[in-house]
Amino acid sequence: METLFPETRATTTALPTDARPTLLEVRDLKVEFNIRGGVVKAVDGLTFDIRRGQTVGIIGESGCGKSVTARAILRMVPKPGKITGGEILYYRYSRYPNKEGKTKDIEVIDMTKLDPDGELVRQIRGGEIAMIFQEPMSSLTPVYTAGAHLNEAITLHRLLPVKKLGDQMVEKIMQYRPVTKEEAREIAIQMLRRVGIPKPEQRVDSYPHQLSGGQRQRVRIAIALSTEPYMLIADEPTTALDVSIEAQILDIMRELQQTANMAIMFITHNLGVIASMADEIVVMYMGKQVERAKVVDLFYNPKHPYTKALLQSVPKLGPKTGARLASIEGMVPDPLHLPTGCVFHPRCPAFMAGKCDKLVPNWTEVGQNHWVRCLLYEE
Amino acid sequence: MVNYLIRRIGYALIMVVLVSFVSFVIIELPPGDFLTQKVEQLRARGDRSAEQQVEMLRLRYGLDKPFLERYINWATNFLRGDFGESFEFERPVSEILGARLGYTVILALATTLITWFLAIPLGVISAVKQYSLTDQIISVISFIGLGMPGFLLALIIMYFAIIVFNLEVTGLFSPQFQDAPWSFAKFMDLLGHLWLPALIAAVTGIGGLVRIMRGNLLDTLGQPFVESARARGLKNRTVVWKHAVRIAINPLITILGAEVFPSIVVGSALVSIVLNLPTIGPVFVDSLRKLDMYLAGTCIVFLTIMLLVGNLVADLLLAWVDPRIRLE
Amino acid sequence: MAVATAPTALPVAKKRELGQSYWDLVKYRFKKNKLGVLGLILLIALYVSFAAIPEFIAPYQLENRSNFVEAPPTAIRFVDANGQFQAPFIYGLDRKIDTVKRLRTWEINTDRKYPLRLFVQGDEYRLFGLIPMNIHLFGIEADQKEQRIFIMGADALGRDYFTRILYGGRLSLMIGLIGQFLTLALGVTLGVISGYYGGAVDMFVQRFTEFLAAFPNIPLFMALSAAIPAFWSPIVVYFMLTLILAFLNWGGLARQVRGLILSLREREYALAAKSFGAKDRRIMFRHLMPGTMSHVIVIATLSIPGMILAETALSWLGLGLRPPLTSWGTLLQDAATVRAIRFTPWLLWVVPPILVTILTYNMLGDGLRDALDPYSGR
Repeated sequence: METLFPETRATTTALPTDARPTLLEVRDLKVEFNIRGGVVKAVDGLTFDIRRGQTVGIIGESGCGKSVTARAILRMVPKPGKITGGEILYYRYSRYPNKEGKTKDIEVIDMTKLDPDGELVRQIRGGEIAMIFQEPMSSLTPVYTAGAHLNEAITLHRLLPVKKLGDQMVEKIMQYRPVTKEEAREIAIQMLRRVGIPKPEQRVDSYPHQLSGGQRQRVRIAIALSTEPYMLIADEPTTALDVSIEAQILDIMRELQQTANMAIMFITHNLGVIASMADEIVVMYMGKQVERAKVVDLFYNPKHPYTKALLQSVPKLGPKTGARLASIEGMVPDPLHLPTGCVFHPRCPAFMAGKCDKLVPNWTEVGQNHWVRCLLYEE
Repeated sequence: MVNYLIRRIGYALIMVVLVSFVSFVIIELPPGDFLTQKVEQLRARGDRSAEQQVEMLRLRYGLDKPFLERYINWATNFLRGDFGESFEFERPVSEILGARLGYTVILALATTLITWFLAIPLGVISAVKQYSLTDQIISVISFIGLGMPGFLLALIIMYFAIIVFNLEVTGLFSPQFQDAPWSFAKFMDLLGHLWLPALIAAVTGIGGLVRIMRGNLLDTLGQPFVESARARGLKNRTVVWKHAVRIAINPLITILGAEVFPSIVVGSALVSIVLNLPTIGPVFVDSLRKLDMYLAGTCIVFLTIMLLVGNLVADLLLAWVDPRIRLE
Repeated sequence: MAVATAPTALPVAKKRELGQSYWDLVKYRFKKNKLGVLGLILLIALYVSFAAIPEFIAPYQLENRSNFVEAPPTAIRFVDANGQFQAPFIYGLDRKIDTVKRLRTWEINTDRKYPLRLFVQGDEYRLFGLIPMNIHLFGIEADQKEQRIFIMGADALGRDYFTRILYGGRLSLMIGLIGQFLTLALGVTLGVISGYYGGAVDMFVQRFTEFLAAFPNIPLFMALSAAIPAFWSPIVVYFMLTLILAFLNWGGLARQVRGLILSLREREYALAAKSFGAKDRRIMFRHLMPGTMSHVIVIATLSIPGMILAETALSWLGLGLRPPLTSWGTLLQDAATVRAIRFTPWLLWVVPPILVTILTYNMLGDGLRDALDPYSGR
């Protein structure tokens, strides 16, 4: 397996997640959709960072801007949408030497400044930051085999070291060459085996319609990981799957993350899934982040009324408490006409008249690495 | 797949038989036949022996036999390559149609190729640049093209060629090549004459296909696998052509075989009449006017065979490009 | 910490939208489609001027011959020979025989001036076949033997070609409407029955449409119309042609309607009607058929131009309408020869109205489709 994961990866695994080097830093990100009725602020002032090997969960109701955030990182926001502010700093660890044969250690790239169809973005996209989507049924092109999909990603992003026989002295200056067809197929089969597809030598030639939903999502994961990315963005990767398959897929992701020391940005609306996966969680509501904390803090000590409400709406096992399952009052507001002040105030059980509907709450630190955007916690 | 193919071919054969029979019935329908017209002509010319001559012809063409027998005779001979004799020209149908069949097929194929290779890129550009000026121009042109029947367009072009440019646009060959044996120069001369009628006959089909392609591709571009392909770091052009177009094009193959190709065959026949091309179009219309039944019947059967073969080829193409169908 | 109720009132605009009926919405959406509205207006104008009152708009009667054989289109002038600007007028035409080329040509005679007038008296006619009149929209006040106005030239019998195009439009435009009406009657009825009952009717509809699809349709149409006996009266021929058109076209429509009915008959309201004991016929034609109407209207609109074109092509080939009937197709017969294009190119004036008709129907049909389909993204 060492060809799959070069030794540059392993150096940081021993450190606790907080102390690991930063991989991605999102600062005050704003994404707007200019549609006919007006401007929708899909993401409005999002700030978080992801460290190497860390898993950050993003949760929120559908339409809260989670998926747009994920696409913004890879510069794939669909058409009328535009990044209108903020920065996405990507700490790029170069894997292969550049044209001059040199390797830079870390290069900081602001993704928002790049040409969304440019060479650099495309190298990062898929090669260094991979992404998998919700729909396993239709996220493989129907006329190509699983192997063809893998092959596409591998030949595009992978290079293999050139072994020079009898010349051990220059091993530090490694040279790389493109992957051949046969090697790509070999890697593809290896990857399929790793994600738990039975008989990968045969399955590699299967077309998507010959695979089950769970198998397709495994293939998707295999494609994403075949390029050895530093980070995986998983946008509701298990939502459309059966519960048993969901558990298997999550297991595979966890296992691969550990061996590959890969960061994961896990997007979901399922609190149960996020609790088992993430180190840190960002809660979003109508394009704004309302709370961010370590997973334990968030689940045992939620601060924002919206987070509290979300947690209460999850059914719990255990002795009957007699409490009814809570639901969040009111409707999700029209994104074109967001409420004034705190966007959550019309639905908030802790609404303070004259305050919440007038003042926009600030991003406040209420505990160690625990941030919240609520007037209750402001001076 | 093989089963499917056999079924399709069997079905096509049944269709040919049915169509030939129905054509025969239709041509037989009107009271009076070619010979009654002929008798009147001869009489009008004051030919005394009209009745005798016609009686001879009647025997020669087997017109004294009952309808069904005549059909069966004709149909069995047809299989042997004997399509009967034309009353009008008093020569075998095969001789009259001869080279015309080849040119008919060539013109239809050229038209189909032009249709496909113009419509697909235009549709793709239109969809990829949705709402842009290019998209709007292409949309307006394809909309007009859709409502532009080939034979009227041919007339308009002939008007400009004659009145404005003083050009000759009729025929498939320049005079010096008309009766020359086949050579490379003759072939180039044919291509030089062929592109215009082919383009004219293609216009309607292009208009329709561009609109369908645009719509299909817009739908496909919204599909998750396209976003996935993009997320793999592929070039935009690769994403569009290798993933989106590849899928969006499949229904168009069926439409090409089932709708566009038939209208091309018929449309190019009409264009041929305007531009006086040596295809079976002009002969067919003439034979219908003259009630020259074996000639007309043979034309209809050939047109039908062309359509059925076109349909079959489209099905095979679709199975070839789409594993979901091939592996069923 | 006061708990406030959330303002859940809908915006006014949304409320209005919810209050609108389906057809109100259709009308609203259709009005927004500029091309569709333009198509509708143009079509109404076409049908009024060509089908309803060509007698009034045309300066002469259809068969009014003259000595002005193949006279070119008359130029309407505003400036006379002295460069003076004045009310519109035309110059007279003199016949010249070119003895060398053995050609008859027409020359403008600037000595004879005829002012162009609106609402002039001319040939007698009956408006709508009822009201006797002799007022024409425009013309010149001159003896018909001395001078006439041919804004689109004259044909080989000296008849005003503009007049002929107008009258020809009547037959061509109506064949589309009548043919489509017959097609609708056949297609919708058989489609509804075949979708609702299935069984033998369904089998028949399915096989028949398959068969028609395998047939090259225009050649079949040609063969059928060639089979219309030459000695039948023109009106019967016209009627037979529409019948043939309808006969060849109902299949596709029936198939579409059948598909819609198949899905509609499982809907709650159809089941409810059935559980109330409604008769089959009532369910079919009162409950199910209306659900297919929006679809049918679009298909019908978009297939009328095909019918008009079929008639035109056929008559042009000498297989459809025959003189003395005047349709765009029969006019095309004279226009579509190399000789005609070279010497009397104005006979091609019949082409623009055909193209405009097709285009406007397509525009209208497209607009209707967008307006009637609530799921279309545009």
